[in-house]
Amino acid sequence: MNNIRIIPRLDIKGKNLIKGICLEGLRVIGNPTQHAIKYYNDGADELIFMDAVASLYGRNMLTELINEIARDVFIPITVGGGIRTIQDARHILRSGADKIAINTAAISNPELISEVAYKFGSQSMVVSVEAKSISHNRWEVYTDNGRERTGMDVVEWVQRAVSLGAGEVLLTSVDREGTRRGFDLDLIQQVSSSVSVPVIASGGMGKPDDFISAVLQGKADAVSMADVLHYKRLTIHDIRNECLSKGLLVRSFKS
Amino acid sequence: MKSKISILDYGLCNIYNVIRAFEYCGAEVEVIHDSTKICKASKLVIPGVGSFKGCITEIRSQGMDYEIIRYVNMNRPFLGICVGMQMLFDYSQEFGTNSGLGIINGCVIEIPRLTIDGKVQRIPHIGWNELIQTETKSNWNNTVFSGLENSQPSVYFVHSFVCHPSNHSVRLADFLYGGIRMCAAIQHNNIIATQFHPERSGHIGLDILNRFILI
Repeated sequence: MNNIRIIPRLDIKGKNLIKGICLEGLRVIGNPTQHAIKYYNDGADELIFMDAVASLYGRNMLTELINEIARDVFIPITVGGGIRTIQDARHILRSGADKIAINTAAISNPELISEVAYKFGSQSMVVSVEAKSISHNRWEVYTDNGRERTGMDVVEWVQRAVSLGAGEVLLTSVDREGTRRGFDLDLIQQVSSSVSVPVIASGGMGKPDDFISAVLQGKADAVSMADVLHYKRLTIHDIRNECLSKGLLVRSFKS
Repeated sequence: MKSKISILDYGLCNIYNVIRAFEYCGAEVEVIHDSTKICKASKLVIPGVGSFKGCITEIRSQGMDYEIIRYVNMNRPFLGICVGMQMLFDYSQEFGTNSGLGIINGCVIEIPRLTIDGKVQRIPHIGWNELIQTETKSNWNNTVFSGLENSQPSVYFVHSFVCHPSNHSVRLADFLYGGIRMCAAIQHNNIIATQFHPERSGHIGLDILNRFILI
């Protein structure tokens, strides 16, 4: 069994770290850089930054922030939100990101996945998928932060994205995001059993045990969380300790 | 005494993080874009992200391959990271067979698709994994991993291919993935190379880079 990764997700609006509920309704939490450094020092395995208002500006605006954070944070950084072209991808990777997460643009232009994978490597190309339950064991792909339907089946889309070159899947449950009701375990399990690239589960973490379920039942390789950390309901130490007590492998970390 | 670190930029990968990590450790850092500057370096670092084929093609097209071999033969400290390690070998099987620099005997092949239990392996190998001592090296004294023996040192890997040195004695550290032991780092005289990314491995990674700076 491999070490499971603990990955805080930071949604950014302009200069602020924000948090939404069910992917709409935003609240300002504070300074992104300070939070990023804190999570790094607390033992986060990676960090994900999403530009929450990229669609307003037509592009990802996080390069300056990432450049600043990458000065003092030495763990992998993934950036998403509004990445539409290979130039956007290059710009963000050069600013200090290791991976880019693409959702909307990949659906309207799937060749972008192959282009990024070819130029920068599959490991840098994370396909970000928002999934909403439509019936038992079936989920629909959404875009634009959970606002737009696509009519596509999540499992089919994920398999296609991986065959095009995506090296990792960031899977977010639209239903569970920001609710702290736990992850959609069936969703995670369906997706992770349908591809052989790593899957990061996102959306719904409320208590440490949710993390355990996402891995043991959902078979996620990594788990991402926002609400519980930003609102200080849990710390990364709490999550790590829960994993250790339940026999889940996580990297050994001493602050 | 901390000397100057020269990082090779052959235009393909993001080297900002490597630069920052060395700077953070207090090193003076210069970036080399030009093959003629390679042999002027006192400590050379070759990063590498993406594909072996892409990187080696770029290195060759800029005439950097000859200069890297010349540098290595001058016996000065050398550090290769990820694809920067893979390129040292005879050849890689990524996207067809592509020849490497041939500085270290051996090849680069795909991570096995099945775990030791016959389950499907996640590929790429993305995440933190522990460095373990090899079957031939009894300790890490006087190496860049000195002091890490008792701490289960976890470092960050992201790759689909691994190096297989022909000579086991160059293996400096291994890792286990899917229960299968593979090469995490090598050392051969002045040449040190890591499959993992020290610049993405938090405090342990910075420790390793710091020891390279102090050679």
